[in-house]
Amino acid sequence: MKKTLSSLVAAVALAGSSLSAQAQTEIQWWHSMDGALNEWVNDLATQFNASQSDYKVIPTYKGEYDQSMAAGIAAFRAGNAPDILQVFEVGTATMMYSKGAIKPVAEVMKEGGYKFDPKAYIPAVLAYYTAPNGQLLSFPFNSSTTVFYYNKDAFKAAGLDPSKAPATWPEVVNAAAKLKANGSSCPFTTSWMTWAQLESFSTWHNVSYASKNNGFGGLDARLEFNSSLHVRHFENLGNMAKQGLFVYKGRAGKAGTPFTTGECAMFVGSSGSYAGIKRDAKFEFGESTLPYYPDVAGAPQNTIVGGASLWVMAGKPASHYKGVAAFFNFLSNPEIQAASHQRTGYLPITTAAFQLTEKSGFYRKNPGTDVAVNQMVRKTTDKSRGVRLGNLPQIRAIVDEETEQIWTGKKTAREALDTAVKRGNELLARFQAANR
Amino acid sequence: MEKRVWFRAGVLPWLLLAPQLAVVAVFFLWPAGQALIQSLQQQDAFGTTVSWVGLDNFVMLWNEPTYLESFRTTLVFSLLVTSLGLGLGLLLAFFADRVTRGITFYRTLLLLPYAVAPVLSGVLWAFMFSSSIGVVAWGLRHIGLEWNHLLNASHAMALVVMAAVWKQISYNFLFFVAGLQAIPASLLEAAAIDGASPWRRFRTIQFPLLSPTTFFLFVINMVYAFFDTFAVIDATTQGGPGKATSTLVYQVYFDGFRGMDFGSSAAQSVILMAMVMVLTVIQFRFIEKKVQY
Repeated sequence: MKKTLSSLVAAVALAGSSLSAQAQTEIQWWHSMDGALNEWVNDLATQFNASQSDYKVIPTYKGEYDQSMAAGIAAFRAGNAPDILQVFEVGTATMMYSKGAIKPVAEVMKEGGYKFDPKAYIPAVLAYYTAPNGQLLSFPFNSSTTVFYYNKDAFKAAGLDPSKAPATWPEVVNAAAKLKANGSSCPFTTSWMTWAQLESFSTWHNVSYASKNNGFGGLDARLEFNSSLHVRHFENLGNMAKQGLFVYKGRAGKAGTPFTTGECAMFVGSSGSYAGIKRDAKFEFGESTLPYYPDVAGAPQNTIVGGASLWVMAGKPASHYKGVAAFFNFLSNPEIQAASHQRTGYLPITTAAFQLTEKSGFYRKNPGTDVAVNQMVRKTTDKSRGVRLGNLPQIRAIVDEETEQIWTGKKTAREALDTAVKRGNELLARFQAANR
Repeated sequence: MEKRVWFRAGVLPWLLLAPQLAVVAVFFLWPAGQALIQSLQQQDAFGTTVSWVGLDNFVMLWNEPTYLESFRTTLVFSLLVTSLGLGLGLLLAFFADRVTRGITFYRTLLLLPYAVAPVLSGVLWAFMFSSSIGVVAWGLRHIGLEWNHLLNASHAMALVVMAAVWKQISYNFLFFVAGLQAIPASLLEAAAIDGASPWRRFRTIQFPLLSPTTFFLFVINMVYAFFDTFAVIDATTQGGPGKATSTLVYQVYFDGFRGMDFGSSAAQSVILMAMVMVLTVIQFRFIEKKVQY
């Protein structure tokens, strides 16, 4: 008797909970945030779900960036896409040129009854995800950029000033030579060859990466990163490699580990690596702005966005879009923004969040964390707004393949960049044809 | 009088075959058909704009020097993986066959790698050989070899071959052990009494009698090297340095699942499929004749 009673209670409770779940609109959110970042995403969802009772955001980890994007695309093809899909910045063109696959965020916000003020956002972040007609396409969620890290202990040991990071490339070369003379086996390395040394390098020096404003002006843009300045930079890196001043440590983010272990003394990487380095490095380190060539007019300009944004998939019921709008409105809140920025090291996407963090004294307590923001809070130019090209994942792989030939000495910087541009342009022509 | 059982040809044989035919249709014919269709199309990632482009995808591949280069890479890689995988598998099986004590222990250990996912195998090997933190790379540096698979093409090829072979050795080992045990002991004993050394017994009795197994494994390993190794390559070298370890199947994977270029990826998989079909036919026509069943 007792048993039946308790099971009856359980059944009623179950029915009750499923009833309340039905009353709520569930918003599916697929993302690629693992480890500590997964907790962050879950906390955001929990916080939002607790703040109101109409919608329930359900975050699901779908693997790394390329995997979750592939999963989202496969789901769309099968007719059951999530409401929100997190896509990394190189997937932007693929998402925006696909007809009828996505619903622009600006539209979602307007229909949801929320005001959207583009001026409140950090220009270099927002511009990356905005259509030529000024419409915001996706919601900038976790944005990072490329910064310069250096090992202060190694600097001290080599007789360099640990409080002053090399600001220009000639200074980097000098510092590297001193570090090597002091016995460093890896004075300088870089991760993300394309993102850091070509994309960010171009915007930082205000030279064009591709025609048509780096692809913002249309699908017929073609690569231009074989200009004399680009060639000069890769010749410089090639010479550094020959002298053992620059050591290649692999594709994507692989170079992060040798910096954190202390093997490499200077390193260009993502601002999102800050938390990891701070946790694992057993030495004092500094974060600084990217080096530049001082004789180039207009340098330094601003660096380029990395990370990911949230895309709203098309073909969902209106109630879902209302929920998504409410959720994005919640995410835009300066307090939430500032907390996320301080917790993860990702950029704040609104100026208000930046000021809030500044006021809280966070940057004074964590010197260097404002570098990324300062590199971004500048008025962008047509050449520095960002890069919007199709087939970008393959183009990045091509650059990896071709520049590796420079480090092995098989190709000169000019040959490698020329071939990369030629091969990349074939892919751009293909993308243009496929998305006509 | 000759006794023969005759089944009336009708529905029954087809019914009995149906499950197997269904499996072949769903898991081979259907995807292969899809690949054929997609190889003649160009489409955006979401499949919202699809256009027929005839043989454009193939022409583009033909005009791309790096694609032609990866044929050579694939051939080198497949031959190395197959020959090393078979050789080491046979060697281990030969010795395991002679072990009298603790055979289960050895066998279990030798079978373990097969349970490891290809990606993990790749990660493990890349980790051991990582030039900055790898144990093996550290040891090699001490004997004067500066290991760097990030920039040295031969090192990179050696690494992917090792990772791919290690993964497949268990499978080869298992079949070879079974093959060796199927050889009647009386044959070997007779030879031993005649004074044949273990090597001679292996060369003249065991190896020829193993030929069906060897042939079977040869085909399987070739197919493995051609099709199943993209995860290993992705986890170790990502096809680099340059395109030194970018095999055909890795390109298919990269262009299709990373690049979302389904037209090109499908065209490449059609070419790969044709190649393996030709190879299999060659193997059955010319090598199988030498096999003694």
